[in-house]
Amino acid sequence: MRVMAQMAMVMNLDKCIGCHTCSVTCKQAWTNRTGTEYVWFNNVETRPGQGYPRRYEDQEEWKGGWTLNKRGRLELKAGGRLRKLLTIFSNPKMPSISDYYEPWTYDYATLTDAPAQEHTPVARPKSLLSGEDMKIEWSSNWDDDLGGSAATEKHDPMLRKIADKVKLEFEQTFMFYLPRICEHCLNPSCAASCPSGAIYKRSEDGIVLVDQDRCRGWRMCISGCPYKKVYFNHRTGKAEKCTFCFPRVEVGLPTVCSETCVGRLRYIGLMLYDADKVLEAASTPDEHDLYEAQRDVFLDPDDPDVQREAEKAGIPRDWVQAAQRSPVYALINRFKIALPLHPEYRTMPMVWYVPPLSPVVDVVKDTGEDAEDQGNLFAAIDALRIPVEYLAELFTAGDVAPVDGVLKKLAAMRSYMRDINMGRDPNGAIPQAVAMSEEEMYDMYRLLAIAKYDERYVIPPAHAEQAHALEELATECAVSEYGGGNPEIFGEGSGGVDPIAVENFQMLKDRQTSDTIASPSDRSARVNLLNWDGKGTPTGMFPPRADETEKP
Amino acid sequence: MDVFLWVIVPYLCLATFAVGHFWRYRYDKFGWTTRSSQLYEDRMLRIGSPLFHFGMLGVVGGHVIGLLVPESWTDAIGVTTEMYHGAAIGGGLVAGVMTLVGLAILIYRRRTVGPVFSATTRMDKVMYAFLGVVIVLGMWNTIAGSVLSVGGHYDYREGVSVWYRSFLAFQPQPDLMADAPIGFQLHGLVAFGLFALWPFTRLVHVFSAPVGYLTRPYIVYRSRDDAALGSHAPRRGWDRVG
Repeated sequence: MRVMAQMAMVMNLDKCIGCHTCSVTCKQAWTNRTGTEYVWFNNVETRPGQGYPRRYEDQEEWKGGWTLNKRGRLELKAGGRLRKLLTIFSNPKMPSISDYYEPWTYDYATLTDAPAQEHTPVARPKSLLSGEDMKIEWSSNWDDDLGGSAATEKHDPMLRKIADKVKLEFEQTFMFYLPRICEHCLNPSCAASCPSGAIYKRSEDGIVLVDQDRCRGWRMCISGCPYKKVYFNHRTGKAEKCTFCFPRVEVGLPTVCSETCVGRLRYIGLMLYDADKVLEAASTPDEHDLYEAQRDVFLDPDDPDVQREAEKAGIPRDWVQAAQRSPVYALINRFKIALPLHPEYRTMPMVWYVPPLSPVVDVVKDTGEDAEDQGNLFAAIDALRIPVEYLAELFTAGDVAPVDGVLKKLAAMRSYMRDINMGRDPNGAIPQAVAMSEEEMYDMYRLLAIAKYDERYVIPPAHAEQAHALEELATECAVSEYGGGNPEIFGEGSGGVDPIAVENFQMLKDRQTSDTIASPSDRSARVNLLNWDGKGTPTGMFPPRADETEKP
Repeated sequence: MDVFLWVIVPYLCLATFAVGHFWRYRYDKFGWTTRSSQLYEDRMLRIGSPLFHFGMLGVVGGHVIGLLVPESWTDAIGVTTEMYHGAAIGGGLVAGVMTLVGLAILIYRRRTVGPVFSATTRMDKVMYAFLGVVIVLGMWNTIAGSVLSVGGHYDYREGVSVWYRSFLAFQPQPDLMADAPIGFQLHGLVAFGLFALWPFTRLVHVFSAPVGYLTRPYIVYRSRDDAALGSHAPRRGWDRVG
């Protein structure tokens, strides 16, 4: 047993309202630069839909991820090492910018510069790649809320697999949102595809990162990732991907997408897993068994054997404790209601999803039946094969049984909790029908419905004694070598450098989690006016009050 | 003049080449990339780029054999001059035509595709000019010198190659180069100019040819400890006393 820790996420799709706040805040934080205009580390897709980039899920076309060869051994779907090197001069499977979209801006200047004329001047769209006028024909969310889906729906690779039934019953439309970030896989095919070895998995927390100094722009990761979550920065010529906001996670804060999620649907926590079993699990012959195989790779943090092995592997004690409190572990292995996205790619993804019950509830509600009665819901889950089969194509390689199980648990929770909320006696038969105890069901409800900030995000900070090596804090500055730290000598920029995570994120956290006005007392903080929320008066911002100066 | 052209200039270029690469690697690892433009345009690149690069590999291989392997070695294993020149001209023509056609497609693409053209730096243009001239002159030497025998026959294995090996051994014999036909002289000079430019262009990606990929494990794990992104090594945690 070789215990490793992995920072993982679960998203509860029933709560996603498709507001794209996560995408926008992520973009503001990470990809608001030239060269990454089309890059969305986090995007929200309307399903059924083509996704972003278009039809990325069709691995027969894109050849992302892993596959089993004739001898049953795991190999990259796009071919082995030699083949990769032979196609290095022109990657045959790389999406072009038209599969994403051509980024553009508007010629806003004409709105103010235009001479007096009969017609109102318009700001024409200009391509950000060539600077020419362009016609906007596609973007990252062109089919948002099923917009234009009559024309584009047929291109959804997942829907096509169950196409014969859809034709008959498509008038019973269903829809849900799928927010996606990098999966930070246990068996990342992007890293395996990188000829330079620039993509690595951090051994402490499993976050998959691109070393910008080692990336040489061979572009194999972009085609190697089946989720198409590694992007090519066309200005720097290097690959970039979601970082799981490692500067924030290292100091115990959730990712930007989670922090700003309006629906509070994201959960972050640690998973302990057995690194020796990953390859075997990824090589499971039957695609339908991949979900269970991956669950078997995870270790129970309450097991004394696991704790002992974790200690041997150098995982700090408080990390094991965090793994015990991990909401992600609870959703995946205790309640078993979270499912991996496309396990059939065999990358062992680590961002899991609680599938949405809402398509089923909506249909029952439309019929005028009681949409919170577990009998009605169970019958509907069985009858509404299209949403269920579609979800199965996304989360269990097409195996309907696990999705059925999850949806029934969610339906049971719905009707069980209704009794409690209405002041009636809870019906113990309902949790029993889905093989759960009443207590478990209530715990599940608590975690899904009312878990607070510190229950949804159980993130142990990286250790202070390691602080020097932390990527975020490794900001040794030349000035400090001259005994710096005196902020008065050379003006604003002088003195020791405060790492951003300490200066801003920790302050932010203090402010969010304390009842009183918070300001760091152990350091002379510089206040960022943009972040100042009006709480308190940081020292130095205002001249001292008259009555204060008179006091001794 | 001969000493200047065939001793001083080549060594200056070689020094620039070596020191330039050291400097670039030390200070600009972030800029060390192929700067691929495949994202912008795929159709022409799919033909042009493999043609050019594989052709170039052949051309480089041919130069290594032609310049570094002395005639006495090939004689020793029983390769006659006719066999040698036949193979050299045949291989050289195939590789050269591939390279030239590939380069033509790539330059045409670079000029006509809007996004690719606007991502082209001034350095790229200078580099393309040098590269194009070197390749055209090399082709001219092969065709005019060896196939058509314009201006008489010249055996570079007894001239240019010997000079090149003497140059690498730091015992240069400039008179050998001074006697070579003008085509060979120009080809050599422009090539040395290209070598001097090399470390400051995107051509540096040649030196990161990912051969290690064939043997390394698929998944790379790295600890936070050795992944320090800061350019400075951690300072020692103590101060000297006294």
